[in-house]
Amino acid sequence: MNASVRQGKLIKGQTGDWEVVIGMEVHAQVTSQSKLFSGASTEFGGEPNSHVSLVDAAMPGMLPVINAECVRQAVRTGLGLNAAINLRSVFDRKNYFYPDSPQGYQISQYKSPIVGEGDVVVELDGGKVATIGIERLHLEQDAGKLLHDQSPSMSFVDLNRCGVALMEIVSKPDIRDAEQAKAYVTKLRSILRYLGTCDGDMEKGSLRADVNVSVRKPGGPLGTRCEIKNMNSITFIGQAIEYEARRQIEILEDGGAIDQETRLYDPNKGETRSMRSKEEAHDYRYFPDPDLLPLEFDQAFVDALKAELPELPDQKKTRFVADFGLSAYDASVLVAERESAVFYETVLDRLANRARDGKVAANWVINELFGRLNKEGRDITDSPVNAEQLAAIIDLIGEGTISGKIAKDLFEIVWQEGGDPRALVESRGMKQVTDLSAIEKVVDDIIAANPDKAAQVKDKPQSLGWFVGQVMKASGGKANPQSVNDLLKSKLGV
Amino acid sequence: MTDLTSLTLAEARKGLADKTFTSLELTDAHLSAIEAARVLNAFVMETPDQARDMAKAADDKIARGEGGPLAGVPLGIKDLYATKGVRTTACSKILGNFVPTYESTVTSQLWRDGAVMLGKLNNDEFAMGSANETSCFGPVGNPWRREGSNTTLVPGGSSGGSASAVAALLCMGATATDTGGSIRQPAAFTATVGIKPTYGRCSRWGIVAFASSLDQAGPIARSVRDSAMLLRSMAGHDPKDTTSVDVAVPDYEAAIGKSVKGMRIGIPKEYRLDGMPAEIEKLWSEGAAWLKAAGAELVEVSLPHTKYALPAYYIVAPAEASSNLARYDGVRYGLREQGKNIIEQYENTRAEGFGAEVRRRVMIGTYVLSAGYYDAYYLRAQKVRTLIKKDFEDCFARGVDAILTPATPSAAFGIGEKGGADPVEMYLNDIFTVTVNMAGLPGIAVPAGKDAQGLPLGLQLIGRPFDEETLFSLGEVIEQAAGRFTPARWW
Repeated sequence: MNASVRQGKLIKGQTGDWEVVIGMEVHAQVTSQSKLFSGASTEFGGEPNSHVSLVDAAMPGMLPVINAECVRQAVRTGLGLNAAINLRSVFDRKNYFYPDSPQGYQISQYKSPIVGEGDVVVELDGGKVATIGIERLHLEQDAGKLLHDQSPSMSFVDLNRCGVALMEIVSKPDIRDAEQAKAYVTKLRSILRYLGTCDGDMEKGSLRADVNVSVRKPGGPLGTRCEIKNMNSITFIGQAIEYEARRQIEILEDGGAIDQETRLYDPNKGETRSMRSKEEAHDYRYFPDPDLLPLEFDQAFVDALKAELPELPDQKKTRFVADFGLSAYDASVLVAERESAVFYETVLDRLANRARDGKVAANWVINELFGRLNKEGRDITDSPVNAEQLAAIIDLIGEGTISGKIAKDLFEIVWQEGGDPRALVESRGMKQVTDLSAIEKVVDDIIAANPDKAAQVKDKPQSLGWFVGQVMKASGGKANPQSVNDLLKSKLGV
Repeated sequence: MTDLTSLTLAEARKGLADKTFTSLELTDAHLSAIEAARVLNAFVMETPDQARDMAKAADDKIARGEGGPLAGVPLGIKDLYATKGVRTTACSKILGNFVPTYESTVTSQLWRDGAVMLGKLNNDEFAMGSANETSCFGPVGNPWRREGSNTTLVPGGSSGGSASAVAALLCMGATATDTGGSIRQPAAFTATVGIKPTYGRCSRWGIVAFASSLDQAGPIARSVRDSAMLLRSMAGHDPKDTTSVDVAVPDYEAAIGKSVKGMRIGIPKEYRLDGMPAEIEKLWSEGAAWLKAAGAELVEVSLPHTKYALPAYYIVAPAEASSNLARYDGVRYGLREQGKNIIEQYENTRAEGFGAEVRRRVMIGTYVLSAGYYDAYYLRAQKVRTLIKKDFEDCFARGVDAILTPATPSAAFGIGEKGGADPVEMYLNDIFTVTVNMAGLPGIAVPAGKDAQGLPLGLQLIGRPFDEETLFSLGEVIEQAAGRFTPARWW
């Protein structure tokens, strides 16, 4: 693996280069059947207030009870981030009034989070990598949703999401430019999806990020930061950082100072704007939640979860490179999305000779399949060609039944019409011709028809390719290219 | 029918089992008594129809030989307990006419064991008070009066309705809650028995929260045995309250009459306050002498951090309360006072819905948790709490089985007499009881005598964690020696 980069893209200002320093707080909704402290369902898209328990609605006398599955998911995530797992952590109350928070406080973890320091290795353009430190991960409750468009005079509140478990994953301020920031969220999302601890669906809000941005002269002291809240698109995160960094640089170069504040990104205008200043910041009056005992478990609990962790993208990538000779880049492409890796591995499982054809399979998945899917804007999960079909096509190439060129035609037929590739090759007469006498006749005919060119070949060996092309064309692509080559060479005396 | 109301719970149980009378008769007798005692303002909600239905059901079960441990026994329920389908307000305007769709764990266990609900009992608003004067339904009268006086006295608080109703023979027992003395102090003011069990002994689920780390449910009854019977049904682990503890609930009644010979009783020197009334001093000595006569050994013990308990309590309890009461915001249930925007709606609702004492504590609690003050107040108070706990642990580690103290620094006082100018004057009522909540220990208040004006006084016994049995054994010794006290009916 390449050495981790420590620098990002610098931004040129009027007074020279500026470095951007970014830290992120990612809120990831925990994949679980029920909420963090109640038995209500976490299902998305229910009728408003249909997944609300007495606890979620903060009825008098109700008490929270920790959902053990959410604890397991947080520990699994911590392990996936190479992080320290704290065997004792504490739930605190973060006090604030808002109608989407029925208790009048959010149960969170303040001083003692369940997961401590870890790191994430992210891939950058040009095969570079950067290691981003993780400061902590803690569990907390999600809030409900206010609906302002239901009535001209009133606001409504939907508490379905209220109390759903979130993991807040806080990075260290190790991110140095927009590209790294996007790569970090992408990688984090990938790890969570591999672990099955968060579905990573940013459109539904399952994963959202608060981005802290400051600028400084390279190597200088940290600048004052602004927090861009609630980003739910990786593209927008990149845009918001670019805008925000330039905004701050302009202010500083004009002799101004940055106000520490919370900002929102407007993707339509492509700019961030102030939401509230530091002076308006809440005093959350954190204190340990007296309704909940400290969360304690033993190392054996952690070890058992560790033993059952799935293979994560970095491990998978290393294995693909080692076992099938893939390039690091190709391996990264395959492991980036869990579904892609699953597809590739299913192809591998179906191959007759995966040691021989593993790399070919990777090329097919990346170039033919992904290319075609991208073109049509489809997702790997609804690919018209399934892993079994693709494996059969690759088997047919590997065993010499069809040429690579025919294989592309076959792929197209399967894409359009479906069906068993092996049966299609038979029924449509797509088999490669390896019968030398049949090919020989074609070769002889072509040489006979083109005496001038045949004479030139001795002086210009590169023109042999023209003959190969002619023979292949005449055979409808079914002749074995190697046999054609050999025959032409001997007959033309090259 | 009045004779039926004067029975102890244990006596009623026998009468019901022997079919001397029915639960319906017993229940009707109490319903009549409640009606005749409305001047006491002990009940804020009477549920006669429900009571009779429950009594009839209990009678059926008794007839079939399926009656539970409390079959047919009519009880009063402090309004802090959520009762399904019956208005529950914590005696605060802010809950309005809130009717829970759920039943608290503790009351559901009482109904499981056959008890009958007569209605909901008055208490200080959100259990914040020591005289039951902060209730939105108005103050409760103590059935006891000073000799030769017509002045109505407070029954103590916050479980004033519970204590008054039990003392006035309006119910055979009552549920109560104790955050800083709210079971033991009113019990002492009304010559009833009240036990606050170990923190975690009873489930808090469905009980309106005041200060979660201190709140604990418990009974008020007319005898030590009756309180033991009630606690057995009320106690027990509840998976819905993670602070409730999974330890078996013993047959507390079996502890009644058990010999206390050889038990070591600690007398904490720090509880001997300057200016303590002579009659309290005398009562305490008498209690010690009774226990000694029963074979217990008296030892002087030291609980050095006692003097910090009250100030620390009045930081921890309001801090938790300020957060616990944040849910009363007018958005989902209870009172809502409209405003121009959501902030104004909050402000109007909470200003209108909370009484002065609750507002005071919410403000104190908000202050002590604020940035810049947290370490100086809340964190330091928690450290004091740890030290108080350790004082008791050290004491028990030296072989002390229980600690004897006065329950209150004085007898009941008149309505409006205390705390008008200085709230601390009222807070001082809890001086002997708050330490027990801070340490999470069990404490029982038992009537032990009267002051010069004929008002009841109580003694407190503090036990080891989850050793309520020793408190019942010792409490009964005091009860036997002191006798039982019944107020003369004036209402």
